[in-house]
Formats: sequence, C-alpha cells, structure tokens
Amino acid sequence: MKDVELLVVGGGPAGLSAAASAAEAGVNVLLCDRSFRLGGQLIKQTHKFFGSEKQHAKTRGFRIAAELEASLAVPGNPAETWTEATVVGLYPDRVAGVLHRDRYEKMRFRACVLCPGAGERYLAFENNDLPGIVGAGAVQTLMNVHGVLPGKKVVMVGSGNIGLIVAYQLLQAGVRVEAVLEASPKIGGYKVHAAKLARLGIPIRTQTSVLRAEGSDHVERVVVSALDSAWNPVPGTEETIECDAVCVAVGLTPLHQLAAMAGAEMKYVPELGGMVPLLDSARETSVPGLFCAGDASGIEEASAAIVGGRLAGLSAARYLGKPHPEDSRLREDLTTQLRILRSGPFGAKIRAGAAKAEVERHA
Amino acid sequence: MKAFYDIITLNGTREDDNLRIERHPILDFPETKTLRFTFEGRPVEGREGDTVASALHAAGVWKLSESQKLHRPRGFYCAIGNCSSCHMVVDGIPNVKTCITPLRAGMDVRIQAGKGVLK
Repeated sequence: MKDVELLVVGGGPAGLSAAASAAEAGVNVLLCDRSFRLGGQLIKQTHKFFGSEKQHAKTRGFRIAAELEASLAVPGNPAETWTEATVVGLYPDRVAGVLHRDRYEKMRFRACVLCPGAGERYLAFENNDLPGIVGAGAVQTLMNVHGVLPGKKVVMVGSGNIGLIVAYQLLQAGVRVEAVLEASPKIGGYKVHAAKLARLGIPIRTQTSVLRAEGSDHVERVVVSALDSAWNPVPGTEETIECDAVCVAVGLTPLHQLAAMAGAEMKYVPELGGMVPLLDSARETSVPGLFCAGDASGIEEASAAIVGGRLAGLSAARYLGKPHPEDSRLREDLTTQLRILRSGPFGAKIRAGAAKAEVERHA
Repeated sequence: MKAFYDIITLNGTREDDNLRIERHPILDFPETKTLRFTFEGRPVEGREGDTVASALHAAGVWKLSESQKLHRPRGFYCAIGNCSSCHMVVDGIPNVKTCITPLRAGMDVRIQAGKGVLK
C-alpha cells in the first residue's frame, strides 16, 4: 500500500489551492482528480471573474485554472498529481481507494483535504431524461472545452447566474437561445448578466416552467406553462417551444459522499445546497486530519473555493507538524478575504449557511 | 465588440448540421488530429482532445445508453463523471463514463443497455 502524507481529493480551484499551500509549507502532496485535466470547472469558464485581484478578478476562468495548476510546481517540493484518478473510497482508518486509469490503488494517508466539488441538480418534469436535456455545466464542458455545441436551438431552464452566463455563452458560440425560463417571479442572477441577454433580445420568462419534454430518441420540443403564486401550473397557458436541447441550470449540490464515508459529522444546510460536513474555522471536519474546502463544503463561487482551499492547505500542513512559515499572517489575510467575498446582500445566504455548518473547536 | 455581434448574426440561425464550433469570440479551437473509432460497429470520426461522449455528440449520436428497466434512451447529463447517464461499453468494458474518457483511435464503443456484464 502506498503511503501519502497529504491526499488532496479534487483538482478544481479549492484542491489546487490547498495542494499548493501545503506544498509550500513542505508537505508531500498527492492530488487526485477524476478528470484527465486539472482545473475542475474553471477550465470551462470563459467569463471574467469579479472580486479582487487576490482571487484573480478580471481574469477568465480557464486562465485562472492554468495559473493555479502552475502554482503546484513549488520549487524543491512540487505537488504530485494523478489525473483520471477517481477516489472511490475514503475510510475512517485513513485509507483511500483510488481507481487510477485501469488500476485500483489503496493508499494510507496522514491527512486529507476533500475538494470533490458539486453535482448538478435535476429538475422533475415528464421525460426529463431524454437525450439533449443536459445540465448547465455539461453545456459549458461540451462547448467551451471540446468546442462542440449542445444543439442549435436551446431552452435554458433557470435564471440564476449560471443560467444567465451559460445562455450568453451559447449565443457567443452561435446557438439560438429560444428562452430563459424562471419559475420564481424574479430573475435569480445578477442584473448585469440578465441585461446582456435582454440587450440581445433573449426573452427571460419569469413564473414559467417546463411541464414536459417531447421527442422520440432526443428532445424535440418542450411544453412550458405559466405558474401561479403557489408555483402551480396555470391551466390553459401551455405553450410549445421547438428546440433540440434543454439546458437545466437549477443549481448545484455538494458532493458529500466521501466526507460521510470517512465518518465526518454531516448536516443538511439548505443555504449551502445540501449535505455538508461540519467544519471548524481551520476547515477541519469532525475527523481529525480530514479537511474540506470548495463547493463540497457549501455551494459558493470559485473565488471562495480558492481562498477556502488555501486555508485548508495551511491547516493540513499545521496538523502534520509542518506549519507554513507565514501561517498566521496568511491565515489572517485569507479569513479577511473570505469575509469580504461573503459581504453584502448577495452573501447573506452563504453567511447564514456557513454559520450553521461551523463548529467551535480550535480557537 | 463588433466581431462578436457579427458572429451572432452569422451563426445565429445555423442551418448546417455541423456542431463543431469554428469561430468563437474568446476561445480558439484549432483543428486537431482526426481519430477514427467505431460506434455500434459503424465508423465514426472524432478529434484529438475529445472525450468519447463529445465525439459522439458532434457526430450526431446523442443516445448513449438505455435505462435499465424501461429501456428509455439516455444521453449524458453532467459531463463531469457524476451522473452515470453516459455509461457505455468501450472495448468490451461496461460502465465506462464516456464523458470523462478521452477518445482514442480504434475504440469500439457500444450503447449500454442494462447493468453491463464483465467478461
């Protein structure tokens, strides 16, 4: 069995940041990611990020991925990375099972930072499993990573920031966006994203949702309907929209399975998107030496995942008896960055959620 | 900015069957090596850098698997290896997550119906 000092699960913004911080502190890091490319969901983000320069603001997501990946090459102590390596088991006795290409490898680790990310939520409607009905993340992967369009005429379901941004990206790639549907009475995402669509004449239809999809081997049309104030379909308002793809952007949910499997104390926190491990201020779970960052600890933006990942990496290094030479200064700076990222009205939900999932352990 | 609007008007109502992006205001998709593989025994072409699923999607193959009981057609949903909707039989191995499996020349790719059998 392979021995690993620090295992980092996931090579997205949180995992890359955690691995880089810990490697800088002198920890031997192995980072495993199930994809064949590092960067997580950043590799398909073509838009420029908000925030401050410390979180790579004004830089397009896929470039941030490249910068973070480069930061793993710590002089004298580069982090080791495995791609196409899915962590399929994480056990309380600090053993991980990893399916690395065609080989199943077991490894013993001394500490672990979990950054597996999030999964796309589904929406319940008739025939929602027809091919051509795909998650918003899938559309971004297909289009922005592989250069393949999901279809020619798309209906977007959901007007949160992801729905709005991906609708705009579809237009950039030359796809017709027939409509953006939103079940609630208000557009969910930032006005700046909605306005870009409105200027191009894309209808954003609030209080409207999909009743059913139709088609034989793939989606050919959707039947939509107005919703009343109790979110029930209004009879007589059904309307058919011809399309060859439906993009479902109804949010994400944390991938909680590995944390739960390792025995971490979990809690359902709706503001964070689902089941999350309870964390202390050092991002340690109830299992000593097991840390968590990124969307797996609550759905938030990539900038918060970067900051949280760095914190978790520092904490793991400290736990391993190799505190970063600038541990306290960096920790203070990162905590301030996180507070600023979560400030303001748009951060209210995440602040409430994080408070519910935070426990006092280390002072 | 002008170039961007040009692209929207040019491609806004794409009538051709090509799902490959040729022009994009932000990204470059240089043409890479063609990779030949088979789907249900029929020859299909993909490109280097594709996953099995992205190559099939570009080639117009959207049904990748069948649901286990009702045999409903299934395509990919998440494209990041989460949802299991894209499981196919690749080179005789079932339950391959084709959305995160890089395409390689000569692959034998087949629709998976049922749970798959290990040989």
